[in-house]
Amino acid sequence: MYDIAIIGAGVVGGMVASALSKYDIKICILEKQNDVAMGATRANSAIVHAGFDAKEGTLKARFNVRGSEMMEEVAARLGVKYKRNQSLVVGFEHERAEVEAIYKRGLKNGVKGLRLIEKEELQTLEPNLNPELSCALLAETGAIVCPYELCIASVGNAMDNGAELMTGFEVCGIDTEEDGYLIKSADGRVIKTKYLVNSAGVYSDRIAEMTGDCDFKITPRRGEYMLLDKECGNFTERTIFHTPTKMGKGILVSPTVDGNLLLGPTATDIEDKEDTSVTPEGFATIFAKASDNVANIPFNKVITSFCGLRSVGSTGDFIVKERNGVVTLGGIESPGLTSAPAIAEYVEGIFKDKGVLGNIKADYVATRKPAHYFSTLSMEEKNEIIKKDPAYGRIVCRCEGITEGEIVEAIRTNPPACDLDSVKRRTRGGMGRCQGGFCSPIVVGLIARERGIKFEDVTKFGGGSIINYYKTKGDK
Amino acid sequence: MSVKADLVIIGGGPAGMSAAVAAYDAGIRDILILERDTSLGGILRQCIHNGFGLHRFKEELTGPEYAYRYELMVRERNIPFKLNTMVLDITQDKVVTAINGEDGLFEIEAKSIILAMGCRERPKGALNISGTRPAGIFTAGTAQRFVNMDGYMPGKKVVILGSGDIGLIMARRMTLEGAKVEAVCELMPYSGGLARNIEQCLNDFNIPLMLSHTVVEIHGKERVTGVTIARVDENRRPIYESRQYIECDTLLLSVGLLPENELTKSADISLDRITGGAIVDQSRQTKIEGVFACGNVLHVHDLVDYVSEESEIAGRSAADYIKGKTTTGKDISLITDGKVRYTVPQKISAEENVTVYFRVSDIYRNVRIVVRDGESILVNKKKQKVAPGEMETVTITADMIKNIKGNTLSFSIES
Repeated sequence: MYDIAIIGAGVVGGMVASALSKYDIKICILEKQNDVAMGATRANSAIVHAGFDAKEGTLKARFNVRGSEMMEEVAARLGVKYKRNQSLVVGFEHERAEVEAIYKRGLKNGVKGLRLIEKEELQTLEPNLNPELSCALLAETGAIVCPYELCIASVGNAMDNGAELMTGFEVCGIDTEEDGYLIKSADGRVIKTKYLVNSAGVYSDRIAEMTGDCDFKITPRRGEYMLLDKECGNFTERTIFHTPTKMGKGILVSPTVDGNLLLGPTATDIEDKEDTSVTPEGFATIFAKASDNVANIPFNKVITSFCGLRSVGSTGDFIVKERNGVVTLGGIESPGLTSAPAIAEYVEGIFKDKGVLGNIKADYVATRKPAHYFSTLSMEEKNEIIKKDPAYGRIVCRCEGITEGEIVEAIRTNPPACDLDSVKRRTRGGMGRCQGGFCSPIVVGLIARERGIKFEDVTKFGGGSIINYYKTKGDK
Repeated sequence: MSVKADLVIIGGGPAGMSAAVAAYDAGIRDILILERDTSLGGILRQCIHNGFGLHRFKEELTGPEYAYRYELMVRERNIPFKLNTMVLDITQDKVVTAINGEDGLFEIEAKSIILAMGCRERPKGALNISGTRPAGIFTAGTAQRFVNMDGYMPGKKVVILGSGDIGLIMARRMTLEGAKVEAVCELMPYSGGLARNIEQCLNDFNIPLMLSHTVVEIHGKERVTGVTIARVDENRRPIYESRQYIECDTLLLSVGLLPENELTKSADISLDRITGGAIVDQSRQTKIEGVFACGNVLHVHDLVDYVSEESEIAGRSAADYIKGKTTTGKDISLITDGKVRYTVPQKISAEENVTVYFRVSDIYRNVRIVVRDGESILVNKKKQKVAPGEMETVTITADMIKNIKGNTLSFSIES
């Protein structure tokens, strides 16, 4: 019997797990996919929003502003890259009133460090912007963070503190019992828990239905992105938004913490909760809209394109509530990443008030070793490590300079990388400009070795994402 | 660990090995080859098909055989090499930083450096194909590595996008291993591969080559289940009405090779926009004195024999540089008309016979390759056919160079 089961290991579920794992209780995290961070967390804008977008008085505004305040400390504690690169909401002359309205809303939401700026200053700050732009809102607290890194680190931190992660656990039914809930997985596994957190992203309405308490619907909103080579990571220093529309904050141009340039997202509401395909229309929209704000973007340096699904709730706001021991966290669309630490703090408060949590563990570990610590070491420090383990001297991913030691560590560290893409998200191995051309066969070999499975059983991202069908030579 | 060496060669593939052997034979002894893989040979190790060495050895070898001949030459001369060693940085004053499991991170102060890092395949991301992102999409070279080195089958029903040589070779290879190759789609109206590969790898196996076709959408959630292809118009835009679905589990990409010049850039060496490699003179010297480049890192070759030939030039030139023999005196830029896409070298700095390699931008028939010094024609060579997939050469003699009046030589294709 678990005290708390968390359904969905995205950044919201991960942050909740991390916050609750401080306490001396039994926690499990149930994830349908082969790895954590596989839903909206895997593919979003990676922005820590300052908090001027959401309408005053909403949960979005509240959690956004609080989350933005918390993020730097949370990222540092979990060893996740975070950069306060500031953000700009830019507008043409005819959009001046809207830019000013956003500024006022930001003030009402309690956002610090907001300033309206004019064309000249805008051009000095960001020389690559469209010269036609005439005004902007500068948000000094705007920042960037890597969402899946944050999620992996938070789940890892929770696991280091005893939480159990069950992957491939696709919740297909929830039975209410007297002393808790029976949660059933499609593969036959069943777990029992006293309390339940529903952080199932685009599926949070389905999970809510299973608990017999669903008064909302989630509509997935597709968002397509393009990622440019690291050569272009300095094309803009700040995150550039245009004045928002009712479908969201529009197409942004932003550097990433890893030094790439990110363009996107588009916004199309769909029914299919799994449709993450990219479309020619998406490319065209990104091309047109990004070029409105930033001039001469080097589109020939695109190294990959991808699509994520935002879980847009039918209420227009985040759905954060507790009933009969079930905490529902639904409709956590943008600014969900920013809000995640604040939502986790709030959920911690709910359970504290209910008296579920008890004391903080004696052996609680608050921090986590940075995922990319090796690359930040000095030559001497690296050599110390290589002397102990030569695998840290063998570069596997040439483009990103990732060593065999780091990849093996990702396979052995919580939450363990178990497929090709999960190694990529943890180490950046295979994420560079060759996109895994050289290193993927080597990484497949390392996963097989470390996990004691056959080479041909290593997948790209679990399930039927087979890489090799069968062995052709030697013992079959 | 910090060491010095007369000559550091980055890359132990065919280019690096040929350059090392040539430098050794020109009297240089303090050589160090740094190779990132587990053995010498570079990409030839996975090219188990034949057709290598026809020019060089006058016989048909497989890739590993060709590489092994050079490895033996390196070993016979006791030229030092370090394996599993990745170079991370080179500086303008020729300090090489590298890493491996035995020595850790270390620096080498080199008198001269030869860049021989080879090239890599253009990945899918660069293509922006619509649809899903399932397993089953590989560059042809990655699939080649799985099949030929690891011994696994990455696909059973295959569509290949791009008719570069590796794609053509892999069409045959996958077929021989039991896969069904449904089609090779080529965006251009002609193939970028060698004519002999189209004959031996596609036609001999009845694999259709669909020119002016591209993949417009990838289908499948976990593994590829099919692709939609379409014909393209003269502006290379897909024609919607011509869309057709092909069921397959694998999409291989053979859409071009890119010289791997990250290190070259780290030393601030200027690159040629067309070749993607360094700008060099006839000795294969880059803009930094004592830093040379050769092989596929300089420009993508279609035959390894030419890689060896070019790398010997770089090896001998590095030897001359180390011995203090400099041969300058001229500063001639080679310019092109667009039909000639590029030349290597891009500059001539000495009066000696220079073989100029170049590629054309389209298929041209019954033309002349013309080299001019201002108005005067130095070379006028008739060709029945020139094609982008086949590298061309012309020789500019020492005499011609001696008598050049201007400071440019223009290369053109004329009818």
